[in-house]
Amino acid sequence: MKFYFMHLMPYADLDPDYDQKYNSAWITLPNSYYDPEKGHVLYNRYLDELEYADQLGFDGVCVNEHHQNAYGLMPIPAVTAGALSRRTRNVKIAVLGRALPLLNNPLVVAEEFTMLDNITGGRLIAGFVRGIGAEYHAWGVNPAESHGRFHEAHDLIVKAWTEPGPFTFEGKYYDFEYVNTWPRPYQQPRPPIWIPSQGSSETIDWASHPSRKYTYLQTFTPVSMLAKYMKMYKEVAEGHGYEATEDQLGWSVPLYVAETDEIARREAQPHIEAFLNKFLRMPKEMLLPPGYLSLKSMMGVMKAKSSIGSKQTIDSVMEKGMFICGSPATVREKLEQYQKEIGFGHLLTLLQFGTLPAELTRKNMEIYAKEVMPYLRDKTAAPATAAAGGAGG
Amino acid sequence: MPFRDTTETIAGCKTRIMRGGSGAPLLFLHGANGAAHWLPFMEALSERYDVIVPEHPGFGASDMPDWLDNIGDLAFFYLDVIDHFGLDRVNVVGQSIGGWVAAEMATRNDSKLASLILVAAAGIRIVGVRKPDMFLWSPEETVRNLFHDQSLAEKALANPPSTDEEQMVMLKNRLTTAKLGWQPRLYNPDLEKWLHRISVPTLILWGDNDKVIQPEYGPAWADRIPGARLQTFAECGHLPHVEKADDYVASVSSFIEESAR
Repeated sequence: MKFYFMHLMPYADLDPDYDQKYNSAWITLPNSYYDPEKGHVLYNRYLDELEYADQLGFDGVCVNEHHQNAYGLMPIPAVTAGALSRRTRNVKIAVLGRALPLLNNPLVVAEEFTMLDNITGGRLIAGFVRGIGAEYHAWGVNPAESHGRFHEAHDLIVKAWTEPGPFTFEGKYYDFEYVNTWPRPYQQPRPPIWIPSQGSSETIDWASHPSRKYTYLQTFTPVSMLAKYMKMYKEVAEGHGYEATEDQLGWSVPLYVAETDEIARREAQPHIEAFLNKFLRMPKEMLLPPGYLSLKSMMGVMKAKSSIGSKQTIDSVMEKGMFICGSPATVREKLEQYQKEIGFGHLLTLLQFGTLPAELTRKNMEIYAKEVMPYLRDKTAAPATAAAGGAGG
Repeated sequence: MPFRDTTETIAGCKTRIMRGGSGAPLLFLHGANGAAHWLPFMEALSERYDVIVPEHPGFGASDMPDWLDNIGDLAFFYLDVIDHFGLDRVNVVGQSIGGWVAAEMATRNDSKLASLILVAAAGIRIVGVRKPDMFLWSPEETVRNLFHDQSLAEKALANPPSTDEEQMVMLKNRLTTAKLGWQPRLYNPDLEKWLHRISVPTLILWGDNDKVIQPEYGPAWADRIPGARLQTFAECGHLPHVEKADDYVASVSSFIEESAR
């Protein structure tokens, strides 16, 4: 199993009482809540944390993309990744992003990713997403075109990386006389591709297809859902006549480890609850604009008693395995068990979340890197496999 | 007056159509909430007219055809509908998004039209009079913002879509509304350039307390369509055919009679 340090770069200085006036930390929350002086300090602190992960021996760092919100300050993840590309030496840099349907010209992603891949000498992992529903409010892109634009933009980018240019591209949403991306990818034939998702059978069908074999990344969901979707991926792969490797499965989860269970819970509580109830806060209409999900999936959401909007606590998310928290022994035991049962090969831990301050973030990173990671590396040493995302696939 | 509830295949799309009454043809083009039921105003109009109420492709019980991408596709579809039924001297009444479709259709070809009635129509933009973002409204806000008289909103809120079918239709209508009107928001920048082509008598109707598309849009339409007349309903929201059904039927009928002379 490989270990990644994921950051959302929240605006941790957000006035927590904003929700007395506004119903979301996204889209409609006035940006007068953002103080550039504080932002400057946060950006540099967060970049230091990402760089520290390289020194602590993580396999990779992950940056993120969201627009017009206090939840994450990385609207243009290539800026973050670019800053990291020269200040880190060993880690992979996963951009998770990029939200392809938002772009009028997806070739900008083909270009920024190949630049990063060349500068780092092949340390880039290329993430492709549709973005969450709020992005469609932020950017004005039609959510009913989200799936169509995603698939077409993906086809265009992969073709730009793997086929000699110049060529013409004739799609429904994109039509180009010249596709001739300079530079070409450093990793040949292309960087590994990861597909983060909150859980979707349609996405699994697509990502697991033998022509792609992309790494499917389950983000912030209960362990039971994680298990369900990972199993689904393996079964679909089997249906295609191949066995999915653990390189094709990843999990992204917030985690806090401290000296004891009690200390961990006490230190993490206010910050994970701020993450859940302040930073993630948005009404359903914002999260799920019409067309973002298929009608069938949308009906499923309507019927499920959704937790969107309802208050969550540290206990409720720990119980569901959406947040891993405890002493090194507790955390080791849980992760070892989940990994054994579910079989994911990439573990993306969010070691800063919500308002978690710098000193606790560093302590969390250090204990995790010294007392959890090495143990799990030994225990879960799988037969060595090629880079994820089926490079060449 | 009984109405017929049928499915016709037009432009390859299975289309649900309610039709009742006799007299001059009246084609009603519904708004974002679809046209699931034969409403009292339809019944009243059917006493004098041959009232034809399709559910647009992508709405209600009609199919979602592959060709449906934008409002122009629906405009051409309704020209096909007129040909399909061999209609002539049609009175077209369009509500909200249906008004947008009607205006788009009439700019393309109004030779089979007798009159055009646009009610709280989407389709144009007045810079500085931004339509509110209905896609961020909660279900309750949406219902409340449709009506001036909040007792009507209360009544609607007391009877939300309950069956799976009704909920599915609601989601489908919302999806197609987004498809047609998300970006640019509920207008076509090219439409107003060609509204001068409309040569049939045109009536613009608006509620004076429309919270979905502001009443300022009424005069804007009337200015852009040659000879168009504007009438405003007092104490009325976005759905005059529901909220002021008697006045609405009277206005529509008298305009159609006048246009026929």
